[in-house]
Amino acid sequence: MDNLYRDFILEHYRAPHNKGVLDPHDLHFADSNPTCGDEMSMTLLLDETRERVADVAFDGRGCAISQASASILTDELRGKTLDELRTLDPKEVVENLGVPIGPARLKCALLSFKVLQGAVIGAEARWPDEAEVLAGGSAP
Amino acid sequence: MAIEQARPDVFDGMALRADFPVFDRLHRSGRPLAFLDSAASAPKPRVVIEALADAYGHHYANVHRGIYELSEDATARFEAARAVVARFIGAPSPREVVFVRNATEAINLVAYSWGRTNLTAGDLILSTEMEHHANLVPWQQLAAETGAALEFVAITDDGRLDLDDLRRRLGRRPKLVAVSHVSNALGTINPVPEIARMAHEAGALVVLDAAQSVPHMPVDVVELGIDFLALSGHKMLGPSGIGALWARRELLEAMPPFLTGGSMISKVTLTGTTWAEVPLKFEAGTPAIAEAAGLAAAIGYLEEIGMANVRAHERFLFERAWSALRAIDGVRVLGPSAPDEHAGVVSFVIDGIHPHDVATVFDHHGVAVRAGHHCAQPVMARYDLPATTRASFYVYNDLDDVARLTEAIHATQQLFRAA
Repeated sequence: MDNLYRDFILEHYRAPHNKGVLDPHDLHFADSNPTCGDEMSMTLLLDETRERVADVAFDGRGCAISQASASILTDELRGKTLDELRTLDPKEVVENLGVPIGPARLKCALLSFKVLQGAVIGAEARWPDEAEVLAGGSAP
Repeated sequence: MAIEQARPDVFDGMALRADFPVFDRLHRSGRPLAFLDSAASAPKPRVVIEALADAYGHHYANVHRGIYELSEDATARFEAARAVVARFIGAPSPREVVFVRNATEAINLVAYSWGRTNLTAGDLILSTEMEHHANLVPWQQLAAETGAALEFVAITDDGRLDLDDLRRRLGRRPKLVAVSHVSNALGTINPVPEIARMAHEAGALVVLDAAQSVPHMPVDVVELGIDFLALSGHKMLGPSGIGALWARRELLEAMPPFLTGGSMISKVTLTGTTWAEVPLKFEAGTPAIAEAAGLAAAIGYLEEIGMANVRAHERFLFERAWSALRAIDGVRVLGPSAPDEHAGVVSFVIDGIHPHDVATVFDHHGVAVRAGHHCAQPVMARYDLPATTRASFYVYNDLDDVARLTEAIHATQQLFRAA
């Protein structure tokens, strides 16, 4: 049955990559999923250019979707510039999960993206427009 | 409607499904929908849908305005609906019933109108750790604006109000006690008559959030001994967009308006305005006219079953669900174990599986439940849980739904174990 719970997702859930808190770190942000209250934090360490991610970790508890999403997203971040992270497309984050995400679980899939945006943009970062993300495809 | 008397204290919920068009719909799994989320909002029986269509189709005009037959007809039906609500909750007079959008608006009305008039810095508002955000956030706002203090009565490990803690806090002479009749997150039925008696002895008024009790059990505002009651129509088989505030007449008389504008006035000049009589003083603008008729039809449907029967039916399903879930390894059920203290709401956690994942797997099996914090985040914090999964029962549920629930739990555990 469950396309959503393919082994790939459940493996990331059981053994998430990049889980924990970096100490020391340069950037830190924490937020929660308003629909379930799950909390997630992210810490990033920059390299000597101060523009590129050297290391990243996420922490918190949550559902299989939010944990797998954070695990997969953080795998992609090392070596990326802060500018690249600021303009990251939320649709890509959802697509990288490789499973169909409906409206009911979109916030679970996007929590890690929201926390990352908070870390690189600041507290003024907003949740992406859900209708736009669900419309699929790549960014305009 | 077919009410079977084979089981002495309950009726055949499965047979009632024929009254609800939504159950004609097959779930994408090919199975009938097992709907276990009535505590969030309830499906509508055909009589309610027809009452809405009839009101819009044959009796619709604005109320309390037109000097013509159709408007007088609409007004008479609107006021008749008010009388139905009043009788249903034991209100001494229909004039004590204010139509609002929902229980949330009813509580906000009390907070704005009564609260801002009667509370000042140094006063105390008492609520509980068990409340839905609707009976919590308005009091936080009121406290912030007036400088009043806000305290919360503790809850016990098994989800009951700690009455010793209530007694202690009442010693500080709060002006208001805001409490729910039934907890939407835990299913707890609170001992309201006792709470109201204690509160009154301490000089406090009592606001009762009855959104989860009025749909499911006999409720009589006089017997409960409370001062304000809030209810939502959509949780009791009625339309969304209509609910009611009940308050004792003298309280309503002394309270200033909440929203102002059309239809709540007596006389308006450019320099000032006098108010309409209660309850119209609190009903600014064109109200939910057809929805009032729909709510009256929903009450008619429930009264035909009998509220004592509704309660007995849900108690029976709760007992079965409670023992079925307790028998499953790795499942923990929240709230009081005594069926007398527990409504038809089963809030549970499955070890190692997040409630959101639980609800998604359930959905694959055609079982609709709520997962999350249930708009009661402090309750989740109290039990150190991020969220729970909640199954809630109503008249159309039956033992087949309890079986679907336990089956879905086993399937979820199996899926996550296999990984």
